[in-house]
Amino acid sequence: DMIVGDRKDFKEIVEKLGTRRRVLLLGCNECVTVCGVGGEREVGVLASELRLYWKKEGLDFEVREHTLERQCDYEYIDQIRGMVGDYDVILSMACGAGVQYVAETYRTKPVLPAVNTTFLGVTLEQGVWSERCQGCGSCILDMTGGVCPIARCAKSLLNGPCGGSSEGKCEIDKETDCAWHLIVDRLKESDQMERYEEILPARDWRTGRDGGPRKRVREDLKL
Amino acid sequence: MKTESRIERILAGGGFVVTSECGPPRGADPEVVRRKGELLRGVVDAVNVTDNQTSVVRMSSLSACVILKEMGLEPVLQMVCRDRNRIALQSDLLGAAALGIHNVLCLSGDHQKFGDHPQGKNVYDIDSIQLIQTVCRMRDEGKFLGGEEIKGKPALFVGAAENPFADPFEIRAARLGKKMKAGCEFIQTQCIYNMERFSRWMEMVCERGFHEKCAVLAGVTPFKSAGMASYMKKNVPGMDVPDGLIDRMKGVAKEKQAEEGIRICVEQIQQLQEIPGVRGVHIMAIEWEAKVPEIVKAAGLLPRPD
Repeated sequence: DMIVGDRKDFKEIVEKLGTRRRVLLLGCNECVTVCGVGGEREVGVLASELRLYWKKEGLDFEVREHTLERQCDYEYIDQIRGMVGDYDVILSMACGAGVQYVAETYRTKPVLPAVNTTFLGVTLEQGVWSERCQGCGSCILDMTGGVCPIARCAKSLLNGPCGGSSEGKCEIDKETDCAWHLIVDRLKESDQMERYEEILPARDWRTGRDGGPRKRVREDLKL
Repeated sequence: MKTESRIERILAGGGFVVTSECGPPRGADPEVVRRKGELLRGVVDAVNVTDNQTSVVRMSSLSACVILKEMGLEPVLQMVCRDRNRIALQSDLLGAAALGIHNVLCLSGDHQKFGDHPQGKNVYDIDSIQLIQTVCRMRDEGKFLGGEEIKGKPALFVGAAENPFADPFEIRAARLGKKMKAGCEFIQTQCIYNMERFSRWMEMVCERGFHEKCAVLAGVTPFKSAGMASYMKKNVPGMDVPDGLIDRMKGVAKEKQAEEGIRICVEQIQQLQEIPGVRGVHIMAIEWEAKVPEIVKAAGLLPRPD
C-alpha cells in the first residue's frame, strides 16, 4: 500500500501561511513522492510559486527547500534541527502522519500541512491511483475474493451488493466500480462461489479507528 | 405465530397480502401522516413508513408509525443502516415493540450523497442482513447483538427489500437466500416493470425453495406520466423499465397518461398474482397515495381481511 494525497490549492496554502513568510518547505521522499504531491520536485514547484507570488506582492520572504528521506521517522526529522530556528514556520508536504511527527518534534514552531492525505491505494496507471485499504485492523480479503468491501463499497457492506448496483457500477456514480460486483466476479473466476452463500456476521470494529487511536509495540524489534 | 403482525397472520392463513407506503413529511406536522393514512385505511393490510428515504431528512419513521398505529392502521417500520449504529438500532427496535409496532423492514439505505445532507457521515456499522440477524436474535433468543440478555423480547415480524433487477443478476436469488437464512420472513421487491425478468428471478427463488420460508411481496409503482417512466429508466439505479411500457405511456394523450399508468399497474398486479411463489403486492404510489384504493379495487383485491 501507498499513502496517496493531493496538494492543497495554492490559495489555501498562502492563506494558512499568512504573514509567516520565512518558510522551511519540507518534502518527503516516500509515498508522497511516488504519488507526485510532496517529493523534491513538488517542493521545488511550490517554493517557486510562493516566491513568485510574494515577489509580485512586493513582500519580504525566504523559502528554504528541503526534502527528508521520511517524515515518519525521528532519525530523519532530527536532521533539520539545525535549520528550524531560522524560519517562522515549517510547511510540510508529507502525509498527515509526517506533518504530526514533525510538529511533535519541533514543539515551538508552527507546522502547516500543504497536502490533503486521502487514502491507502495503488497505482492503476501513470497518474492514476485508487483506494484499496482502510487499515481496519482485521483483514477479511480471504472471504471476499481479494476485494475489500470496507474500503471499496460506499456503504462498507459485508453482505452486498445493495440494490443500487447497476452494470458493475456503484449507485453513487457511474465511475465507481461496485465492490460487490468485483467480489462476485472474482469468486466466480476463482471457483469459490460457495463463499457468497456465507453470511458475514456483524463485525468487531475495535481493531479499527472505532477502538481508539492504535499503537503497535513489537518487543522483538525494540532496542 | 411469533408476533401479532397482520402480515404474518394473513400469510399464515394462505392469504394474498397487500401493502403500501407512506413517506413521512419534511416537517413536524402529524396531519400529513394522518391524511395519507386515511387514504389507505381498509385498503391495504399494512403501511410501510420510510426511513429518511433518499437520504432526505424527514419525520422519523418510528414517530410516523405511531401516528398511523393510533389511527388503527398496521405500520411497517423501515430501518436503514446508514444513520444509526447497532446501539441506536437495537434501542429503536425495543422502542418500536414497546409502542405496539409489529413489523420491521431491514434496509441498507440510499447513500447520503443523494439527499439533502451529502456532507454527512454514514454509519453502516452493520448491514441489512446483519440487521435481520440482530432483530431475530433479539426476538427469538432474547439476546442483544452484544450477547447480553433482553428483559422483554421485541415481537417483530421481520422483512427486507430485494431488487431482482440489480446486478449481478445471477446472485440475486442467492442474496434473497442469505436474507432468508438470516431470518427474514418477508421480502418486498423493488418496483417491477420487466415481468419476464422478474419471473425468471422468481423461478430461481422457487427452485431453491426460498419462497417457502420467506414470502415475496412483489413491488409495483404506477407511472404518473410518460416522463416519469423515462426518468425512472434513465436515472434510478437498478430500475428496469422496458421500452414497450414507455412507448405505451407515450402513446396516449398527456391528460390521459395518469389513467394509463394506473391501468398498467392494475394489469401488472393481476399478472404478478399468477406468478408462482408471489404472496402479495407492495404498492409504492410515490406521493400518489390517493390512487391506491382505486388500484387495489380494480385489481380485485377488496375487501381486505380483518
